[in-house]
Amino acid sequence: MKREIISLQEVTFTYTEEDENIRPAVNNVSYTVYEGEWVAIVGHNGSGKSTLARLMNGLLFPQTGKVRVFGEPLDEQSLWDTRSQMGMVFQNPDNQFVGATVQDDVAFALENNGIPFEEMVERVKRSLLKVKMSDFMNSEPHHLSGGQKQRVAIAGAIALQPKILLLDEATSMLDPQGRDEVLSTVQQLRAETDLTVISITHDLEEALLADRVIMMNQGSKYAEGKPEEIFQRGQELVDLGLDLPFAMNVSRLLKKQGIPLVAEHMSEEELVNDLWTSHFNK
Amino acid sequence: MLEKMIFGRFIPGDSFIHRLDARAKLIFVFLFIAVVFIANNWITYAILVVFTFLIIRMSRIRLYFLINGLKPVVILIIFTFLLHLFFTREGAVIFEWKFLKIYEEGLRQGIFISIRFFVLVILTSILTLTTTPISITDALETLLNPLKKWKLPVHELALMMSISLRFIPTLMDETDKIMKAQMARGSDMTTGSMKERMNAIVPLLIPLFVSAFKRAEDLATAMEVRGYKGGEGRTRYRKLEWATKDTVIIVTLLILAVVLIYFRS
Amino acid sequence: MDITLQQVSYAYSKNTPFEKRALYDVDLHIPSGSYQAIIGHTGSGKSTVLQHLNALLKPTEGSIKIGDVEVKAEKKNKQLRKVRQKVGIVFQFPEHQLFDETVLKDIMFGPMNFGVSEEEAKRRAIELVNLLGLPNEVLEKSPFDLSGGQMRRVAIAGVLAMNPEVLVLDEPTAGLDPRGRKEIMDLFYHLHKEKGLTTVLVTHSMEDAARYADRIAIMHDGKCVLAGTPQDIFSDEVRLMDYRLELPQSIKFQKKVEQMMEKKLPVLCLTEEMLAEELAQFLKKEREL
Repeated sequence: MKREIISLQEVTFTYTEEDENIRPAVNNVSYTVYEGEWVAIVGHNGSGKSTLARLMNGLLFPQTGKVRVFGEPLDEQSLWDTRSQMGMVFQNPDNQFVGATVQDDVAFALENNGIPFEEMVERVKRSLLKVKMSDFMNSEPHHLSGGQKQRVAIAGAIALQPKILLLDEATSMLDPQGRDEVLSTVQQLRAETDLTVISITHDLEEALLADRVIMMNQGSKYAEGKPEEIFQRGQELVDLGLDLPFAMNVSRLLKKQGIPLVAEHMSEEELVNDLWTSHFNK
Repeated sequence: MLEKMIFGRFIPGDSFIHRLDARAKLIFVFLFIAVVFIANNWITYAILVVFTFLIIRMSRIRLYFLINGLKPVVILIIFTFLLHLFFTREGAVIFEWKFLKIYEEGLRQGIFISIRFFVLVILTSILTLTTTPISITDALETLLNPLKKWKLPVHELALMMSISLRFIPTLMDETDKIMKAQMARGSDMTTGSMKERMNAIVPLLIPLFVSAFKRAEDLATAMEVRGYKGGEGRTRYRKLEWATKDTVIIVTLLILAVVLIYFRS
Repeated sequence: MDITLQQVSYAYSKNTPFEKRALYDVDLHIPSGSYQAIIGHTGSGKSTVLQHLNALLKPTEGSIKIGDVEVKAEKKNKQLRKVRQKVGIVFQFPEHQLFDETVLKDIMFGPMNFGVSEEEAKRRAIELVNLLGLPNEVLEKSPFDLSGGQMRRVAIAGVLAMNPEVLVLDEPTAGLDPRGRKEIMDLFYHLHKEKGLTTVLVTHSMEDAARYADRIAIMHDGKCVLAGTPQDIFSDEVRLMDYRLELPQSIKFQKKVEQMMEKKLPVLCLTEEMLAEELAQFLKKEREL
């Protein structure tokens, strides 16, 4: 049995407690994240996914339901301990850069947690190496691209050697290159360590990288499963304001044109193979 | 105009002055302000000027660049010079034209005050040009540390200062962007009457405030998540290291003071 | 209204130690009624070009003809306001420019700056709010009480309310979710088709450039290195790689299929729909043979 890292049980949260007519931002949501997993929480803007992020690290506390981190209930007492185990990267690259230079920013969380000087220097170096930003140690934030700033934010998060990395729409303000940089950095970190990753996103490719997808709609959990299971739902997802993988879109369009296919495919390779076997390899 | 100003900017480098401890540089500049007032005759002012040029040489900042960047201050210096030139009425008259009379003492005072002004501005500029803002902040925090006894929130003030410095370029970019966006919508901040211009500033200021507040909120969240809970129990990544050369520069300044006292009249 | 850039160079902070060249001898012709995409990497000079299109920046060398107004470095130009009314710019994250008490007033801000009467500005605001799919109630709300996606739409309405002849878009869908992205892009395409609005789209998305534009220009290191139809631009993959750009997904997939069947489709498929159609036709023909 894999170890439970974060678990939400029937969690409801509303920003407007006094007005009962407004639907809660998060409504009766339960899920569990296990050690070493990559879980993507997807949904359109306003589906409640960012509120979930804030509930998981104690920036908000639910009105009803329970949040457990490492099997312990998350409350005022366990809060700071939990946070030192959970690195977090936010959406806006500029608004989370605290330090005057790259290395100062990476050191920020270490300073807060009272790590001794010599070890700090070592950890800053190592973290920057991992996100391939060592050449920019002394750079000031306004000389960096969005993707670079987010990589520095990741370095700052992993410098504390957390168990969990929480990405709250960390790629949504980046250009395609920046997004690729960030995602490949996370993939590489996962290959090297047993880091648990939770990414909150509306980006399809980011969701496809995950082991498991939790889909949110209007504050409620709409579906949960492996990416290929979730994306099999086709039109349903489009109606909920999400994209479909490219190969799947093309499969659907081909079917509409009267081209028989074995299935609606998730990957381009599968689609090419299907076309090959059913139309050429005769 | 703004982009030509160098006051408060940092130019990366590896000169002797660059490598000095920020605390040494800060103490140096504060002491220097006092030392400058020792000078009171031609020889002492000459020594001050020579000393200043030596420091400029050691910082390896191009003189042309310094003077060019300090143009707005130069205008101020010329203004004070003229003020003294025309309004000091002591000593022999050395020039007379209609109602204008220039006295010897006026010229002397004018030149002295200008030199004083000039060396002070140059040396403070060199401080900021050769020291990263973060080191200055750190140095201030360490130097002010004793004041903690009187409940002065030294750590918080220093952090506030360093974050403000860090956000200046970001907010400048933002101002530029919003200004251009409103100009594209026909708002005009550069022409028209005073009242029209004031009105045109509102569409710039409101978005700027809204965004600054949003940034502040995001930043506070990010800091909290990264475990910031005030100065208690924090370790420091930046270490200031006082070396022999730092003692040397302060001692040099004291020697200068002694020399000036010897030659002053 | 045609826009023509001739040998345009631009340097930020000119004549200071911080001088930075951003554009080198850029030539670009945007004919009236066209849909022009400008693609390139971050830092390639796209945004600097964009700011020249309505004279927010003046070239340090060269000239730009916007309609019948010529903008040059040395010329003081009183007609810049006329230009700015005719060329509307939707900046990246345009919701950052909202400021007024109500959505209605904010949308009316642009047109009224250009001397449009209050009634007319109001009429346009109401019409545009509907066009952008927002309910009429938002008109009296503060723009800061809206959701991010709604704010984006209000900001776009504020630019469209000036009735520009040319619409310049800088990554207009950045940060939106997929549905919002598609709705906004389709709306701009609709305006382009229905009203003949000349459209300039600055984007990172090869897919958007391929789908919507009828002309594409590539910026690289401050130079305009390639310009032509999407078919021209995307037929030269090697060259694109030099500029660190990729092919649109549909063309990438087309190449894979072509490699597999060792035959070529007659055209480059710029969109998924086009790909499915061409592929279907091709397969039907194959079967008949």
